[in-house]
Amino acid sequence: MTTPTSTAPEIDATSVTETPEAVGRSPGQLMWLRFRRDRTGVISAVIVILFFLVAILAPVISAVYGKDPYTLYGQDRPGLLNDFGYALAPNGGISSEFWFGIEPNLGRDVFMQLVYGIRTSLLIAVVTAVLTTIIGVVVGIVAGYAGGKTDYFIGRVIDLMLSFPQILFIIAFTPVVDQFLVPSNEETPVWLRAVTLTILLTVFGWAGLARLLRGQVLSMREREFVEAAKVTGASPARIVFKELLPNLWTPILIQSTLLLPALVTAEAALSFLGVGMGEQVPDWGRMFLRATQVYQNDITYLIFPGVALLIFVIAFNLLGDSVRDAFDPKIKR
Amino acid sequence: MLRFLTRRVIGAAVILVIISGVTFFLFFVIPADPARLACGKVCPPETLAQARHNLGLDHPVAVQFVSWLGGIFVGRDYPGLGNCPAPCLGYSFVNRAPVFETIIDRLPVTIALTIGASVIFLTFGVATGIIAALRQGKALDKIASISSLVGASMQIYFVGTLAMYFFVYQAHIFPQPKYIPITEDPVGWFNGLLLPWIVLAIIFTANYTRMTRSTMVENLSEDYVRTARAKGMSGRSVVMRFALRGTLTPIITIFGVDLGQLIGGAIITETTFGLQGIGRLSVRAVDYSDLPTLMATVLVAAGAIVGMNIVVDALYAVIDPRVRLS
Repeated sequence: MTTPTSTAPEIDATSVTETPEAVGRSPGQLMWLRFRRDRTGVISAVIVILFFLVAILAPVISAVYGKDPYTLYGQDRPGLLNDFGYALAPNGGISSEFWFGIEPNLGRDVFMQLVYGIRTSLLIAVVTAVLTTIIGVVVGIVAGYAGGKTDYFIGRVIDLMLSFPQILFIIAFTPVVDQFLVPSNEETPVWLRAVTLTILLTVFGWAGLARLLRGQVLSMREREFVEAAKVTGASPARIVFKELLPNLWTPILIQSTLLLPALVTAEAALSFLGVGMGEQVPDWGRMFLRATQVYQNDITYLIFPGVALLIFVIAFNLLGDSVRDAFDPKIKR
Repeated sequence: MLRFLTRRVIGAAVILVIISGVTFFLFFVIPADPARLACGKVCPPETLAQARHNLGLDHPVAVQFVSWLGGIFVGRDYPGLGNCPAPCLGYSFVNRAPVFETIIDRLPVTIALTIGASVIFLTFGVATGIIAALRQGKALDKIASISSLVGASMQIYFVGTLAMYFFVYQAHIFPQPKYIPITEDPVGWFNGLLLPWIVLAIIFTANYTRMTRSTMVENLSEDYVRTARAKGMSGRSVVMRFALRGTLTPIITIFGVDLGQLIGGAIITETTFGLQGIGRLSVRAVDYSDLPTLMATVLVAAGAIVGMNIVVDALYAVIDPRVRLS
């Protein structure tokens, strides 16, 4: 992966001429071939895709299942919740009608909460991951390639960002960003909290990737192919985008695969600490917050989001490992 | 070494001042007015002005920050509250207690939590990592890597609460987690923190197992290990004295990061187990717009992260003589 992509197919074609069906394969194709042979990777990819499908198809699932995440079934219908607000049926009210039980007090359907909750979590995580990656890549490459004073300055900013106690900062300053985005003291709209969390998670997220890429670029800057490009009179933009960037796709892709589950759990943790989505939006983190308040009476309400998040994170971490293996078979784990 | 340390400590101090400054200035953008909170529901303008004056809020923000900063080194005088000797972190807006004493009071909880958990996950993580590396591809190796993967994917607010439910409320194996000072009752101290330690260890061990295993595997194929084997050294001493030494560097790197995070970011752990450490204190400070307490907890958290970075870099040179500090 150290050679520029444009020359890779030729090398492949000449080095394997003995085999009868020697065809030129791009690094992407090679990666795909290796990935397909990795059983764990394929299974975890399927699980990850399933999570995304559930998020996208949430309204369809809701229609088939016949319930929505907003109706307060337990309050509307007598006989579901007892006087303390807990489900009358055992195991948190699991039944053929309410597959995963009923939420304590408000009496919403837990299965629907989970299905729609994925949407919130994934949307925030995906947008944040994309923003974080873009900023991290740009800053990292600029710092590594420019060197000198620019590099020193960016390096110090990265040090600073990584030293912030992030969770504490986010819970302390979510109200500040909220207020900044909505000038008046009206009721905070739902989308606003999502935007605030995305901004804050991005602000504290890019530095790690930037530092990693800066190091990579720094070691690559003095390599022959960059020198060759310089000699032929390539512009800095060409060197960055056509020579350096193709060699950085591997760490970028691996990092962003690992970033996504980290962001989903970060969002859940923040909700657990009280700076998540409002009551109107189904959200995994808020389910945890509520579940930890009622777990002594209704443990099932904690187990469903907990296990769902666990499966999601495991599948994503495994996928990240497999992507790394497929991209760079030299790395041993 | 001395030059390296001086330079790094100055750099760390600059970072801490910037972080404190950012916290301080951002705080004044928050809609809440601490003076009004301190003044109570019925609040005539004169009392409000007096409260503002007593809290030191009647100066420009920059002036307030400088006097806050100065207080740490030389102490400062508060109108109505008298002199606050250095290191002065001010008085809480909420209960008027000196913040420095509150921090000293709460810090042992967080540190005990961190150190106890670290001892468990370092020991287990490194041990299972070595065993997995020596038995590559065998059943034990696979079990170690699977369980570490599951462990690393767990969330403290989920596993911790589950553990509380089953082991504290259902089976009554553990007492309700609480902090008893070790000087008062060492056994009670140990029992009260054992469950949080174990839960933290389950989550953190994974990283160490993985890291130890992969570096160990690499090191075992290094030339110096082969040389040691060739000259007839026993398997045990080769592993312990040569291969393990090489794995210490990456372990110390992640341990430094984790330690800083554990001390600075104990918010979730302490919330889950209801322990009154620095983490809970910081959440309370946010809830009550208690600026002096918030500043102090930010300083402790950032200080832990920055401090650990320096310790890690200095340790590199001690462990690996090839590393030169510059």
